[in-house]
Amino acid sequence: MNQINILLVEDNEGDIILTTEAFKDMDMESRLTIVRDGEEALRFLKKQDQYHNAPTPQLILLDINLPGIDGKQLLEIIKRDDGLKEIPVVMLTCSENDADISDCYDKQVNWYITKPIDYDKYTKVMHEIEAFYVSFVSYNK
Amino acid sequence: MKELQILLVEDNEGDILLTLEAFKELKVSNTVAVVRDGAEAIEFLKKEGQFINCVMPNLILLDINMPRLNGIEVLEFIKNDEKLKKIPVVMLTTSSSDADIAACYERSANCFITKPMDFEKFLDIVQSIESFWFNVAQLPKTAA
Repeated sequence: MNQINILLVEDNEGDIILTTEAFKDMDMESRLTIVRDGEEALRFLKKQDQYHNAPTPQLILLDINLPGIDGKQLLEIIKRDDGLKEIPVVMLTCSENDADISDCYDKQVNWYITKPIDYDKYTKVMHEIEAFYVSFVSYNK
Repeated sequence: MKELQILLVEDNEGDILLTLEAFKELKVSNTVAVVRDGAEAIEFLKKEGQFINCVMPNLILLDINMPRLNGIEVLEFIKNDEKLKKIPVVMLTTSSSDADIAACYERSANCFITKPMDFEKFLDIVQSIESFWFNVAQLPKTAA
């Protein structure tokens, strides 16, 4: 079974813990790397500095509110970069605003997902993302 | 209340039937429009000819191997059109070739799913697609 490398771009420590825990429960081999802002995410994706040996992730989980480059800007950078645009991006956000949803799909997000506040629901959503992705979706090796 | 408007672009009658059956079993209200080749898909999305009054989809299920225009060409058309590019496109195909997978993600497909040959598994997949896109993810509102 292939290992999936997932990059989580998230600055909220609570959400980082929740996401890490949710992925630990799964049977499948996923390796979650955490970066805390958009600039660091770009260094990771472009394999710069301490990330020169970083794997290319098969999935990016991206928070919309980040310090510095925010989630939407980072999405736009990734989807305009010929070396990066093939990587599926899940936008994770608290916003259910139609304009945000429409804007992210315009910028070619792969999935826009609203984060539930509730702990159990949050875990369930993470499991559903992983299960759907691993069971059904074909992605670049 | 969210609404699910699906455009299925598929030339295989068996797969059309299966997909429609899978969607019928869903609890949520959804409408599936079916077109049978790539050129027809583009006419639909441009609201040309018989499609002048069609409702725009908020999710497109797109086969790759089709007569006239193939799915990759349709995907490219959609993702290069300012009005259409926000509509999520799920590639649903018998292909599992690395070249097709790469070509589709390069052209901004939202996800690539290989159709299983087995009937039960096919139903399972179609229902999972629907449930994931409808219950977990948020879809853009349908355009006018």
